[in-house]
Amino acid sequence: MSENFRLDKGGLINRDKKISFTFNGKKYFGYEGDTLASALLANGVHLVGRSFKYHRPRGFFGAGVDEPYAIVQMNRNNEVDPNVRATEQELFEGLEAKSVNCWPNVDFDIGAINNFLNKFFPAGFYYKTFMWPKSFWYKIYEPIIRKAAGFGSASIKHDKERYEHKYEYCDLLIAGSGPSGLASAYSAAQNGARVILAEDKSRFGGSLLTSEVTIGNQNGKEWAEKIISELKSMPNVVVKNRSQVFGYYDHNMLVMSERVSDHLPKTDKYIPKQRLWYIRAKEVVISSGSIERPLVFGNNDAPGVMLSSAAKEYLKVYGVIVGKKPIIFTNNDSGYETAIEFKKNGIDPIILDTRKEANSEIIKEAKELNINIKFSYVVVAAKGYKKVHSADIAKISDDKKNISNIENIKCDCICVSGFWTPTIHLASQSGNKTKFNEEIDAFIPSQSKQKETTLGAANGVFTLEETLKTSFEKGSELSKQITNKENKVSVPTVIEKKSSNHDKFWCVPLPEGKNYKRFLDFQNDVAVSDIELALREGYRSIEHVKRYTTLGMATDQGRTSNLNGLQLVSDIENKVVPQVGHTTFRPPYSPVSIGAIVGREIGKHSKPTRKSPMHNWHEKNNAVFVDAGVWLRPRYYKKGNENLFEASKREAKNVRQNVGVCDVTTLGKIDIKGPDAAEFLNRVYTNAWLKLPVGKARYGVMLREDGIVMDDGTTTRISENHYHMTTTTAQAANVLSHLEYYLQLVWPELNVNVVSSTEQWAGAAIAGPKSREVLKKLFPDLDVSSDGLPFMGYVEGNLFGVNAKIFRISFSGELAYEVNVESDYGNFMWEKIMEIGEEFNIQPYGTEALSTLRIEMGHVAGSELDGRTIPYDNSLEGLVSKKKDFIGKRSLSKSAYVAEDRQKVVGVVPLDKKTSIPEGSYIVKDAKAKLPNPKLGHVSASCWSVEYDNPFSLAIIKDGKNMIGQKLFAMSPLKNKTIPVEIVSSHYVDPKGERVRS
Amino acid sequence: MLYIKCPHCGLRPQTEFSYGGDATVKRPELNKEVSDQDWDNFVYLRKSPRGKHLELWQHISGCRQWIKVERDTLTHEIFTTLKANENI
Repeated sequence: MSENFRLDKGGLINRDKKISFTFNGKKYFGYEGDTLASALLANGVHLVGRSFKYHRPRGFFGAGVDEPYAIVQMNRNNEVDPNVRATEQELFEGLEAKSVNCWPNVDFDIGAINNFLNKFFPAGFYYKTFMWPKSFWYKIYEPIIRKAAGFGSASIKHDKERYEHKYEYCDLLIAGSGPSGLASAYSAAQNGARVILAEDKSRFGGSLLTSEVTIGNQNGKEWAEKIISELKSMPNVVVKNRSQVFGYYDHNMLVMSERVSDHLPKTDKYIPKQRLWYIRAKEVVISSGSIERPLVFGNNDAPGVMLSSAAKEYLKVYGVIVGKKPIIFTNNDSGYETAIEFKKNGIDPIILDTRKEANSEIIKEAKELNINIKFSYVVVAAKGYKKVHSADIAKISDDKKNISNIENIKCDCICVSGFWTPTIHLASQSGNKTKFNEEIDAFIPSQSKQKETTLGAANGVFTLEETLKTSFEKGSELSKQITNKENKVSVPTVIEKKSSNHDKFWCVPLPEGKNYKRFLDFQNDVAVSDIELALREGYRSIEHVKRYTTLGMATDQGRTSNLNGLQLVSDIENKVVPQVGHTTFRPPYSPVSIGAIVGREIGKHSKPTRKSPMHNWHEKNNAVFVDAGVWLRPRYYKKGNENLFEASKREAKNVRQNVGVCDVTTLGKIDIKGPDAAEFLNRVYTNAWLKLPVGKARYGVMLREDGIVMDDGTTTRISENHYHMTTTTAQAANVLSHLEYYLQLVWPELNVNVVSSTEQWAGAAIAGPKSREVLKKLFPDLDVSSDGLPFMGYVEGNLFGVNAKIFRISFSGELAYEVNVESDYGNFMWEKIMEIGEEFNIQPYGTEALSTLRIEMGHVAGSELDGRTIPYDNSLEGLVSKKKDFIGKRSLSKSAYVAEDRQKVVGVVPLDKKTSIPEGSYIVKDAKAKLPNPKLGHVSASCWSVEYDNPFSLAIIKDGKNMIGQKLFAMSPLKNKTIPVEIVSSHYVDPKGERVRS
Repeated sequence: MLYIKCPHCGLRPQTEFSYGGDATVKRPELNKEVSDQDWDNFVYLRKSPRGKHLELWQHISGCRQWIKVERDTLTHEIFTTLKANENI
């Protein structure tokens, strides 16, 4: 298909490079430098989508980030990209895009029936209509509404594109490369400041690309190019295009998304698709410019109605005429600039100016070009469903209340200009108290909270001369404070056409008997009538009106709708806009890919996986791994066709009968040194520590100040002032912080140092009746007899030339030893243990068998020490010293903690000795009691006892101490199970603890 | 994101720190009689001021020191930062 709407020359596109692309399955051509929007318009395509609520046809309204309609779904690099603005998407060879929010296609959309039923879809219709029956909401209404409304569908596949994060620091961050951005960047750079200049679009220069001005002896565009090339050559300046500063956070932290590869057919290897920049700036210059405001009239959402500034940009940047019979509908001089561009390119526009009369250089030029100008004229309604074909225009009275002389004239586009709205989003996000400027009918920044300065059009300054002057000065002033250097830059002379005042008129009254929809928010289908309804129903606060009608809530953040909405509310309420106030601006300014926010922190990267030095051995020996905190631990070692249950039973049984070895590297380890270390431990743990001899380990429990058990573990006295503490895998980091807190803040007088040594040591627990035999062969020089190395003893040994620490401690309840060597020798140690243990039938065991062993022994662990239990609850009250004070002791005397029927850990066995009890089950007295059935407690851990070959669980239940022998029920509503059980002692196996001491 | 001046390391982003609560709370001395009321106040009761707040942070991914930070809870302005043993 040939391009009917492309000029023969002009624009900034590369006409030597033709590009083919498809839209809704149809092939088109454009040029390098086009956006998807400009290329479609060049081909005469105006229908791009359907609206959010009424499914009305949608065309192009803007030419960049201001676009509320033209949202498409992209297929790129075999990935789906929803919610892409066609006005921002640059064209590349083979681009594939399609319309959203329409079915079966954009031309014939069944959902458009909503448009004819629009009486049933007023503001707040979700809240009003779908109230009954309640259960229908989740199952029926919501899914249907969700399907019908929305802007494309996200892929459910894993996104294989690469996104990156970057952290940057600078003296000045400048957001926007229009005249104010360029001037302030230039003078700041001259003073030696580190500058980052960010431009949202692919081309630098902002309004200079489309305005007819002279700076010095160059036109605006040439001047911008010169400044940019100078800035790029300076080492202290970073210049970034396709980069949008979208969020202003505390302490001058800004976030910018850089679209690194979105404009390319695919992402190259090692190059990200997008990059998120976290920038900490000493000063921020907001030079984000302004966005043209629409005028409100009947059917003002029809394809072919667009901002006059967008029409001008399509002409000047892309060489595209958006229509051959344009109407320019304006309340200020900006519309004339667009009309003049049309005229210069051989198109005859009609200007409808709402003002009674106006005179300026621009108007004079339009008159000299013989452009048809009608003053006191308005567009009453656009005509045409999928494309504007004509317009009802009318004369408007001087008081703007009455229209007369309605006539229909042919046209193929209506370019509207309702003056300019400064883009104050970033300033407002930073905490700036904005103020209303009567002269321009818009809010501008006023008092800064953070180090931020808004310049140029974003600050309500609409003349180039003043913009450049203040921007050069401000850039110099701000940077001078930082660098203490000043290189004066002379401000060039500016030639620009002076404008006359704009008309405050913005909304065309409805003609008698007509009920046209006049849209305020184009993306969310919010019309004048919706706001009127909301106010009739009693909504007053602008924040409530916004949420009830969804005005300004869509992805375009009300860029084109906000002020007209405020104006309407003020008019109806008989207030002025500043009294109504504006809604809060929140980041992001424009949508950011979830991928960019997440960056590389996907899958296992969300936290680095920690592996023990023996990991490769485990892998080679068919270990099935499980996440244990940040670690990967073997859950079981699979033999043949074994499942988890069979393998863990075999492993646990082997520990009870022979000997097993378990990788315990992941246990937290803290090295404690200093003359006051014993005193410190005595305060940290509930039991006594002052008399622990060198070469002995002790089990300890530590509490939080509120009396709840924080962690448990063994600590060994290595030498006089040196202790080795172990913590549970999960609590390692918390315990270290806890110790540091007390040493640094509460008892700074104690001379103790603590440091994490978790990763310095690899650990292997050798457990089982034959473990001593293994140890004897591992350390032939050592006396490891019960006298030589008694229970809770510690020695250092030589493991075939490697220094080893040997602790006789046991988690499994069997005779057991933990051997630690420096991490680098971990694998060597493990292989030696396996080699020597072979004759004793040694087998490795994983966390599942480890759990089984500790549960049937009644050893409490994380599932009992769950942040809700005190020592008594865990049957650890014997470890609580009555004599000395320690962290959390005072809390233990609270009445609830000493109650007679206080909860306590018990053992639970199913009466049938067959049915496993799901973890989390409730223990109740009467399985058939009326709901809610009073709960005595819950099952915290379950296993299959290898000692007795039946299921066994631990539970923490009310009055546990008096419940032993009772017949109760374990109920799991989740698994739909009710199991009759008997309560037994939690110490199910070897209650006297003879094995560990053997 | 806050920018916190660690008195030991200098300006660092908030992500290097973890929050530790009210810095004005004083733990009752060991081995001293404490009334139920005083103990409950120490363990549970905290003020939630709007405005200036002296609080603890630990430079967990840095020097691991606990520091005191005087911060405005409303505006996030940080007025001063102190070492653990310093007072305003």
